[in-house]
Amino acid sequence: MSTRSAVPPDARRVGWGQRLSRWDIKVSPYLYVSPFFLLFAVFGAFPLLFNVVVAVHDWHRRAGMGDFVGLDNFTWVLRQPLFWRSLENTFSIFLWGAVPQLVLALLIAAVLDQNLRVRTFWRMSVLVPFVVMPVATAMIFGQVFGQFGLLVPNLHELGLLTGSDSPFFTDRLLSHMAIGSMVVFRWTGYNALIFLAAMQAVPRELYEASTVDGAGRLRQFFSVTLPSIRPTMIFVTLTMTIGGLQIFDEVRLYDGGGTGGGKGGADNQWTTVVLYLYELGFGDWQDRLGQAAAVGWIFAMIIAVFSLVNFLLTRSISSSRSRAPRVTRAQHRAAVARARAVAAASTRPEAAAAAAPGRDGPPPDAPVHDTDVHEGASR
Amino acid sequence: MSTGYIGNTAGKGAVRYAQKRAARGRPVRQHDSAGRRPGWASYLFLLVVFVVSVFPLYAAAMYGSSTSTEIARAVGDLPTWFPTLVLLENFREVVTASQFNFWMAFANSVLVAVAVTASTVFFSTLAGFSFAKLTFRGRQVLYVTVIATMAIPAQVGTIPMFIMMNDFGWIDSLAALTVPTLVTAFGVFWMTQYLQEALPFELVEAARVDGASMFRTFWSIAMPAARPAAATLALFTFVGSWNSFFWPSVVMRSQLTMPLVVPQLKGAFTSDTGLVMSGVFLVAAPLLVVFVVAGKQLVSGVMSGAVKG
Repeated sequence: MSTRSAVPPDARRVGWGQRLSRWDIKVSPYLYVSPFFLLFAVFGAFPLLFNVVVAVHDWHRRAGMGDFVGLDNFTWVLRQPLFWRSLENTFSIFLWGAVPQLVLALLIAAVLDQNLRVRTFWRMSVLVPFVVMPVATAMIFGQVFGQFGLLVPNLHELGLLTGSDSPFFTDRLLSHMAIGSMVVFRWTGYNALIFLAAMQAVPRELYEASTVDGAGRLRQFFSVTLPSIRPTMIFVTLTMTIGGLQIFDEVRLYDGGGTGGGKGGADNQWTTVVLYLYELGFGDWQDRLGQAAAVGWIFAMIIAVFSLVNFLLTRSISSSRSRAPRVTRAQHRAAVARARAVAAASTRPEAAAAAAPGRDGPPPDAPVHDTDVHEGASR
Repeated sequence: MSTGYIGNTAGKGAVRYAQKRAARGRPVRQHDSAGRRPGWASYLFLLVVFVVSVFPLYAAAMYGSSTSTEIARAVGDLPTWFPTLVLLENFREVVTASQFNFWMAFANSVLVAVAVTASTVFFSTLAGFSFAKLTFRGRQVLYVTVIATMAIPAQVGTIPMFIMMNDFGWIDSLAALTVPTLVTAFGVFWMTQYLQEALPFELVEAARVDGASMFRTFWSIAMPAARPAAATLALFTFVGSWNSFFWPSVVMRSQLTMPLVVPQLKGAFTSDTGLVMSGVFLVAAPLLVVFVVAGKQLVSGVMSGAVKG
């Protein structure tokens, strides 16, 4: 490249080949990124803007664009009790899916972050649910939670349940828990591997230092591991929020679909916003594209706000666990120095005063064991 | 844990402390994936996780292995704990069902998944090469734009996208499933991240000095270097395409894909649970084969993506 640009720009006598080559250098970079931007313009940005147009019109599948109605579609949607119910359901299902998932994923990651035998097998096994088709999961969980499934008859036997129907379908809260369990099933292993990768990037000297400090494994997990993987936790929570709120497959096929099914229960116990949007636009006797587009806009705003809140919340929670927002080299050194001080104190009391915590100790000897080794293992 | 290691990382005092602790019967243990072997509790825990992970598909196969009378009798239990030949009978009934064309749906799914995967990998690598290794005005802004588009909730654009597909005459056509996802922001981001590290500038320079055109440089230098990340991206894209249900159920009518077969099962087999569940197993099984072949790659893909995320 440098040889080409070394040619003075005012050199008149450039051959065809060189001119072509210069054009190649100038245009190719744009040409190569253009497929994405073209596709995004047509199928990403344009629909987003076009959605505004649809939302302020009367619009039907066959008839197409109708009268301009202003904000009527928005006020109509906001007056529908079913919209609010589906919004509640969405957040409830999200919570039942996200909270157990985070806790379990951290636990699984911590267990996987050991010197296990056949570790590739264990890592692969947690990822199986990720490739299972969500609609298939929904059908199977629907069967398991059903009236004659594996759960309900046994709960009857134990006297924990009465009544003939499965409460996992009739009861609102229990149906949310059942659907949340499908989300947990699908994503826990995936997120556990993400956490595992982050845990392996934690400098091992921090663990050494805390061990010497006398920290147990539990204390280590809360005081070393969790603060160190904070950026990853924020990342996972954010993607979980954006994806989880848009849940559709699992709720659509929880009752198996079929005639009259797939609408979120007889009483809309588990109708979510995206299912509501789908039903408004394409359900039987509906065909309200304008209103559905309004739902799309309202929901996009809600997701944006909720993601932001979630982001701020995650950041403050995981930083309150330790004052250190991220483990820097200096903190790492300080931790090692503190560990030395404590170790020294156990043999020579006068040395403890010299190396008080917080004071910068001398840099440690070159660690024989650096993080790169572990990253190598994770790839 | 060796005292030499402690000495190296935490000094001589720490060594003495470690020895003292060891003498008291509480040795300093290494928290390390290369250290001591974990106890049986860890394996038991992972075994439970494994069982839960495979149980749903196993249960589907077991229901599929049973006749409706056996299922009716087995209340609160799986009708059988071992697969039987009934499963194959049920498979045959599913693939020859008159209510939907199973093989057509299978072919559609394969076609769409392969086309989307090939195109996504190619165009993402091309864009990734450009973002990672070429210099051009506006590169930073464009790259940030790519990343920002990933945060847009896709399903919000459903209604306008449907109207567009209607105008294009793409309702019930595979083009509606393929064209909008020919290249994704995630793919571009993924390949850019990888090529930034994996492809040395010197190689690109050398190819250019030797007189290779830009595309030639991409094809013979960047493409081979990108292979590991491209394989992972291909896997993710294929899995995503195969399992996708929402968008196909918006734009498809009579043409089905594998996930669209699932809601048809209950109506087609009038709630014969054995048949329905064998169908569920059948549509999900192809990815299981993919997983057995390429699961290791998928694991390392998830984990390497995380470090950067």
